[in-house]
Amino acid sequence: MLKQFLTRSAVVGSLAFVLGACSQQGSGPQTTGITPQMMADSLHAVMESDRTVYTRLIVNRLQNEEGVIKASEHWKDDTALVLPAQMFRFGAEMVAEKDVPFSYSLQSLWPVNSQNAPKTPAEKEGLQFVADNKGQNYYTEETLGGQKYFTAIYADTAVAPACVTCHNDHKDTPRTDFKLGDVMGGVVIRIPI
Amino acid sequence: MRTWGLWALCSLLLAGYLGARLLGQDRSVFLPGETTSGHHQIELACGACHVDPFGGGDVLQEACVNCHGAELAASDDSHPKSKFTDPRNADRLSQIDARYCISCHVEHRAEITQAMGLTLPPDYCIACHRDIESDRPTHTGMDHTTCQTGGCHNFHDNRALYEDFLLDHAGEPDLLPVRLIQRRDGGFTGAALALVTADSDAPAQRATDAAVVAEWAASGHALAGVNCSDCHGAAGAWVEAPGLAVCGECHAEPVAGFLAGKHGMRLAQELPPMTPAMARIPMHEEAAHRELTCATCHGAHGYDTAFAAVQACATCHADEHTAAYEGSPHHRLWLAEQAGDLPPGSGVTCATCHMPRRELSGGVGEAERVTVEHNQNATLRPNEKMIRPVCLSCHGLPFAIDALADPALVANNFRGRPARHISSVEMAQENLERDRARRESASPDG
Repeated sequence: MLKQFLTRSAVVGSLAFVLGACSQQGSGPQTTGITPQMMADSLHAVMESDRTVYTRLIVNRLQNEEGVIKASEHWKDDTALVLPAQMFRFGAEMVAEKDVPFSYSLQSLWPVNSQNAPKTPAEKEGLQFVADNKGQNYYTEETLGGQKYFTAIYADTAVAPACVTCHNDHKDTPRTDFKLGDVMGGVVIRIPI
Repeated sequence: MRTWGLWALCSLLLAGYLGARLLGQDRSVFLPGETTSGHHQIELACGACHVDPFGGGDVLQEACVNCHGAELAASDDSHPKSKFTDPRNADRLSQIDARYCISCHVEHRAEITQAMGLTLPPDYCIACHRDIESDRPTHTGMDHTTCQTGGCHNFHDNRALYEDFLLDHAGEPDLLPVRLIQRRDGGFTGAALALVTADSDAPAQRATDAAVVAEWAASGHALAGVNCSDCHGAAGAWVEAPGLAVCGECHAEPVAGFLAGKHGMRLAQELPPMTPAMARIPMHEEAAHRELTCATCHGAHGYDTAFAAVQACATCHADEHTAAYEGSPHHRLWLAEQAGDLPPGSGVTCATCHMPRRELSGGVGEAERVTVEHNQNATLRPNEKMIRPVCLSCHGLPFAIDALADPALVANNFRGRPARHISSVEMAQENLERDRARRESASPDG
């Protein structure tokens, strides 16, 4: 009797769960036509553009060309501009505090801070790929902490002299021969799927 | 049947007892274990942390952030939650879920609670920084239990300890050539506003103590045109002992700091004021039942900041460090300043270090204001938090690090020299030198 009751309950419960899940999907935003890759590409277009504008029009102009103000890793203590990489990271950290279905980070095979070196197999392979294949992006899927992600990796290129001099001169840099236009690292975007 | 009846009766009695305790002021029966020194004062305000009786990690986290979030943000927290939410850290979070304060600071677990309320094994840094030796050869062979206890690093606040800051301050002497504590704002000096004894607007039946009126007339309040009724209310609504809220109408930052620190945190939770009898550190018995409000240290009408900066503290505190202040090098400077032998700002009082002055940015075009940090905990622990806002006013960084890392020297109120040297600065210099050598060897001329 009890067994029969439990079996029926399980069936009804499962149906209710499926219906609930379906109704939630139905009431959610329309996803037709937007693939994870399109979303990642679009996000990256905004990130790359904003950072290039900041790097060229703010940091490079005011620090390197006009000498008005310097940019510093210790921007608060030095009353200076935040570095372009910091501007990018602070944005990523702010996004991480919001309830949005993606995350992003800036990493490098030659990181100033070793915490920003690639960690997962996808990051290692992707960062090497974008460094070796200029102009191409890297897309894959990976599972981290039990969650499956669509992971996109884009080359991060030296767009201004400030990028090159800052990285080459930093005491903790593992590489000192960057040139303008070189791939210096990569932007990793993850979308849970 | 009789057993069931007895069981029901016992259950009812127990429910009634617990219900009465829950609705009453003493809820200590519900405490699952001894609280930490940071929270014991408000342990009976269960709702301060357990904002939702059915809430778990996120609810508790919200409570932590409500009280500690602003201070952590102001200290440029080295390990904010946002550094750990990236999925790439999933493996790290499986070891220590650093997104939540309670992963490292479990409350009510006295048996595993260490300094700073830490409830993890002290070598927890190893979880993420296992390979520090490859980044910093200077750290080769160091035990991860010493990261935070050696005077070198803090988990949250490293503003005085980060490498480039160490390099900027390398070579500084123990005592800086110019040694002056930042002065408070001059306060109100508008002669046009100043009031004298005859201006007192207290109702005649209230202003019966000439000494009180004289104290007020000599105070900054009278100088700034603040009359009796401005604090006590008009004649019809006279309040005999105006509370914190009245002080806060004009002194917002000090009151906010007071409520955030150990002196005022009970009031912030709408509990009766803190008394020395509740403290876990040594206090004078005769002060056991003094209730802590603004007037406890500042007096009701005189507002003698010199008294508030030293004697007020010593009235209650009876620990070794406080007892050793009198006659200490810092105290001698204070006496010399009081005697006029040294310029204002030369003396070092209890408040100089534990309630330091800090600048409040006025924004573009506005003058900066200097206020007194009334949260005595803001610079207390870990004590390296004191280095930048306090010690570096007079001392070089290497000496300040050494001094604060020497518990015996702290206890005797800095009578003597640090017992050992913390080589943080030298390690930073060694790392810089390593980079220089690397570049020279890589260059075609090298």
